[in-house]
Amino acid sequence: MATQTTISATGNLLIAEAYRQVEPDVIAAYPITPQTTIVEAYAKYVADGRVHTELVTVESEHSSMSACIGASAAGARTATATSSQGFAYMYEELPIAAGMRLPIVMANANRAISAPINIHADHSDVMSARDTGWIMLFAEDAQDAYDNTVMSFRIAENPAVRLPVITALDGFITTHAMERAQLMDDETVKSFAGQYVPPEALLDTENPISVGMFAEDRFYTAGHLSTRRAIDGAASIIKEIGDEWGALCGRPFNAVNAYRCEDADYVIVIIGSAAGNVRHVVNELRDQGKKVGVASIRVYRPFPYQELAQAIGHAKAIGVMDRSESFGAQNGPLGLDVHTALYGQTQAPVRDYIYGLGGLDVTLDLIRQVYADLEETESIVPDPGVIYLGIN
Amino acid sequence: MTRKWDLTGIESWEAARYPVGISCPDAGNAVDYITGGWRSERPVWDAEKCKNCLICWINCPDSSIVVEQQQMTGIDLDHCKGCGICAQVCPFGALDMHLESEFTRGDA
Repeated sequence: MATQTTISATGNLLIAEAYRQVEPDVIAAYPITPQTTIVEAYAKYVADGRVHTELVTVESEHSSMSACIGASAAGARTATATSSQGFAYMYEELPIAAGMRLPIVMANANRAISAPINIHADHSDVMSARDTGWIMLFAEDAQDAYDNTVMSFRIAENPAVRLPVITALDGFITTHAMERAQLMDDETVKSFAGQYVPPEALLDTENPISVGMFAEDRFYTAGHLSTRRAIDGAASIIKEIGDEWGALCGRPFNAVNAYRCEDADYVIVIIGSAAGNVRHVVNELRDQGKKVGVASIRVYRPFPYQELAQAIGHAKAIGVMDRSESFGAQNGPLGLDVHTALYGQTQAPVRDYIYGLGGLDVTLDLIRQVYADLEETESIVPDPGVIYLGIN
Repeated sequence: MTRKWDLTGIESWEAARYPVGISCPDAGNAVDYITGGWRSERPVWDAEKCKNCLICWINCPDSSIVVEQQQMTGIDLDHCKGCGICAQVCPFGALDMHLESEFTRGDA
């Protein structure tokens, strides 16, 4: 019988709790703000003998992901956590983990990338993984961070998926703020996560294999096509696993969380912690009789193109709020994906707003400004590229 | 050597037939990769001078010194890349490097 306890905790502590409950065989990690408290909490669980994970305290993120790849290839259930520059430092290994189809789970505390140096929330770090083959789940709050982490192991290890998963949560806002959340009992999580049986493992000496080898063009391309099919096919598997977890915990899972979008004329698309602020403004404007809605993206890779088009395709104007840049592209990363999702579906203008970089405050006034802007932008106008919010 | 993997007709394989993650179900598969063609110089072994000290066998980076019952029997020219280390380390001058062009085509 699934029993939940209401606790007060930070997003980071909830991720550490999810890791404790799943108890991976190996965690290799290196500290970086604002991720550090995840592994700090986990190190205490190890020191206290509450878990039997091999905690590898490596000398850098390049090494943490390398150790995770080795451990996962050996057949171990493996997890890690990082942020920002650390994420950038392990970038070299990210496509390796995906290309070798290793089900590593990694929490990322979304944080700005230098320069200039900044430790606060935005998505500049994690967005660089969007072409690597990693599945990417975004948390809106601490509860999402917990739920996503629990689900991640099942998603990553699914025999039809076999891909690494990033569970991203916004630095400080979600990683460090105390929130009320529901913690599932250990037994339910353990039985949900199940026992990991690797389909092949370097430590299986009865069936010796070679992994991570040089491969000529044909093998290289076949590997990419296989990953493409696996991540496309993962969408429905993520939904199944999300529904299964949702039935246990009572919190519905959707790749796109569409709020009051059914009849909305003006819709904002957003990822991460600021979605709650937008919902607040939606309620406020709805009270004034304005038909507005918001869609927040929980599964960013594979991107839910069809679900999003279905949820917001009828809107008269769409505003995308991007918390990172794609310099030189017409829009930020989310803007590009929304344009693609809506291509051929609607003639409505899609405007891309860059907000919250380096932790810049996302005030309700800024969100009201976006809706006001969208109301004036019904007719097709030349796409102005990106519009920065909160600074002129 | 028995192989689990049959690569016949690989040119027309569908992507689904390749192993997930491009792992290889056969360990020790380097033997299948014929690298002898990379050679520009060939080691020539003089069995008369050879004392079977096997220093060449220890040093060969491509495991191309063929040994049977602790006796050197020849050189595996399918895999020897012609680096010349064996000739360098041989204390008895039993190995000499010769340009491949000295051998008739197809002799390897």
